[in-house]
Amino acid sequence: MTPFDQVAGVAAPMMAPNVDTDVIMPKMFLKGVDRSGLGEGAFNLLRFSGGKVNPDFILNQDGYRDACFLVVGPNFGCGSSREHAVWGLQQLGIRALIGTSFAGIFNDNCANNGLLTISLDPERVTELASVITDRSRNDVAVDLSAQTIRFDRGRRTMPFEIEPARKEAFLTGRDFIASTLVYADDIRAFEARHRAASPWMF
Amino acid sequence: MAARTLYDKLVDAHVVRNLDDAGLVLLYVDRTVLNEYTSPQAFAGLRAAGRKVWNPKAALMVVDHVNPTAARRVRAMPDSAATRQVDYFAENARDFGIEYFDILDPRQGIEHVVAPEQGLVMPGMVIAAGDSHSTAYGAFGALGYGIGTSDIEHYLATSTVRYRRLKTMRIHLSGTAAPFGVTPKDIVMEVIRRIGADGATGYAVEFSGPAVSDMSVEGRIVMSIMIVEAGARGVVIAPDQKVLDYLKGRPRSPKGEMWERAATNWHALSSDPSAKFDREVTLDVSEVAPLVTWGTSPDQAIAVTDNVPDPVKQAEPHRKAAAMRALSYMGLTPGTSIQSVPIDFAFIGSCTNARIEDLRDAAEIFRGRRVAAGVRAIVVPGSTQVRVQAEAEGLAKVFTDAGVEWRQSGCSMCLAMNDDVLSPGQRCASSTNRNFEGRQGPGSRTHLMSPAMVAAAAVTGRITDVRSLLGGSHQ
Repeated sequence: MTPFDQVAGVAAPMMAPNVDTDVIMPKMFLKGVDRSGLGEGAFNLLRFSGGKVNPDFILNQDGYRDACFLVVGPNFGCGSSREHAVWGLQQLGIRALIGTSFAGIFNDNCANNGLLTISLDPERVTELASVITDRSRNDVAVDLSAQTIRFDRGRRTMPFEIEPARKEAFLTGRDFIASTLVYADDIRAFEARHRAASPWMF
Repeated sequence: MAARTLYDKLVDAHVVRNLDDAGLVLLYVDRTVLNEYTSPQAFAGLRAAGRKVWNPKAALMVVDHVNPTAARRVRAMPDSAATRQVDYFAENARDFGIEYFDILDPRQGIEHVVAPEQGLVMPGMVIAAGDSHSTAYGAFGALGYGIGTSDIEHYLATSTVRYRRLKTMRIHLSGTAAPFGVTPKDIVMEVIRRIGADGATGYAVEFSGPAVSDMSVEGRIVMSIMIVEAGARGVVIAPDQKVLDYLKGRPRSPKGEMWERAATNWHALSSDPSAKFDREVTLDVSEVAPLVTWGTSPDQAIAVTDNVPDPVKQAEPHRKAAAMRALSYMGLTPGTSIQSVPIDFAFIGSCTNARIEDLRDAAEIFRGRRVAAGVRAIVVPGSTQVRVQAEAEGLAKVFTDAGVEWRQSGCSMCLAMNDDVLSPGQRCASSTNRNFEGRQGPGSRTHLMSPAMVAAAAVTGRITDVRSLLGGSHQ
């Protein structure tokens, strides 16, 4: 996965609750066997309507087209277990999502691909969203090492929490499978014990 | 040892090693089921890294999302992208030595219907699979949950996943459901409506209580699948005699002396009486009415006897805006009776509600009635075995006599990745689990409800309280 340390850029507010993975990556884009074309798929039915660019969609508006952060409403990424949603957001240039809560599978998918999800209190998310709504003050810098979000032309800073193991993985861009295979002997030993205790499972 | 929940016991029994001090573990996973659309990139990753599958026998591959459901089924897919996906799927099965049910296999069907049918899901297991509705397996006293493609790759390579322990939520169901018209689907929709679409995010849910004991195993599967729409990341229900009766004699269930050993073990699987849950939710199921969604999130539901709600009453501004957008998308006006809303399409199918009991419920309503003029109704059984059984029981004839299309099995119009797709603006009474914007086709409008309620809507042409059709001998 792509390492993440310090990223600065524009953030777009997308505050609706329960933005699901069908919206993030419509099903027409799920028929591949690789990860290609998913940037076009991301938010496709919102970005385009009737073959035209939809001017109402936030990422089509002046000041938000090059967003690398989304500030989102609660339960972002709910619904289908489609990692295509994460790959598509990344192909669209999104590096981090900032919100109150993220759906479980989606959150894990983000972590596995280096798309940072930051959970904050609702008041903090609202504060950040209200600042970036003012295009003249839309600059956000996420520093993962320091665990801070700097915004409002550098005048305000918010700390954020992240589990140490997850932080380490983001900073290093670790290959989780290789890390796990270091414990192959542990897995084999567990498997032998498990098979002895519950042979009907094998 | 301190009192533990069933969830804790299942996790403890599968920890290979701890990865940090905060509950991150390497968790052994007993089994997975793979489908054609969330697995390709995982296999590509294995190929690129030159990795093998750790235990090919622990996996099963089933085509279920892209396959057409037309009556005359052939192996070839009409869509070249689907063909490529299925071809790659078959190639992966062959190259990595994993059992594969293609669409003409008599055991084919939706993964969450097929795995239990084959006896692959047993109490005490951990089963993670690349589909959010893998929570289905909780109905058997297994810990079931959905994972993404990277985690599928990790699982295939190591038989483990990196796993962080969840908080636990007990959903206690007391009372007795109304004898007619109120189903497990309605009960779980009521829970979701009360706790919200993110009400169980970060939790593993245990369903308990007398109303769960009263429920069939298939009913428990419905709840275990659907509660994922409240964000649950895992489900468990303590196994009882009904679960053992369901499993006995299945193709992959243990036999003879091994069955006896397993059964003894399974009977002991439950939460300790004094185990503490992080959150408790209770519901008296006698209060539950048939439910139907009015919006585009599964928690936007009302009793079928109610009117479309007014978002003005919603205080939180973003939720209010979401409700207004949902009403606009759904073409509904606040205050109108939901029973006055006409439908164009009726769909009975999906992993949530396409098992034999669901089809029996629907057939009860269709028997002796006709699908209303202007409505297209299709029934897509959850598996080829369900299809065969429904034909043997005479249900298929009830459907076709009523003017319902009787199809081959698959996920079909739940996420509409095959050729069963609604047109923009079409309104569907649907036994599925998700009413998201565009889910059944761009611009489509989905109302979630039980299979019997879908059948009632199909025969009247509008959303209908199924209880009004259950008169006479049914009372």
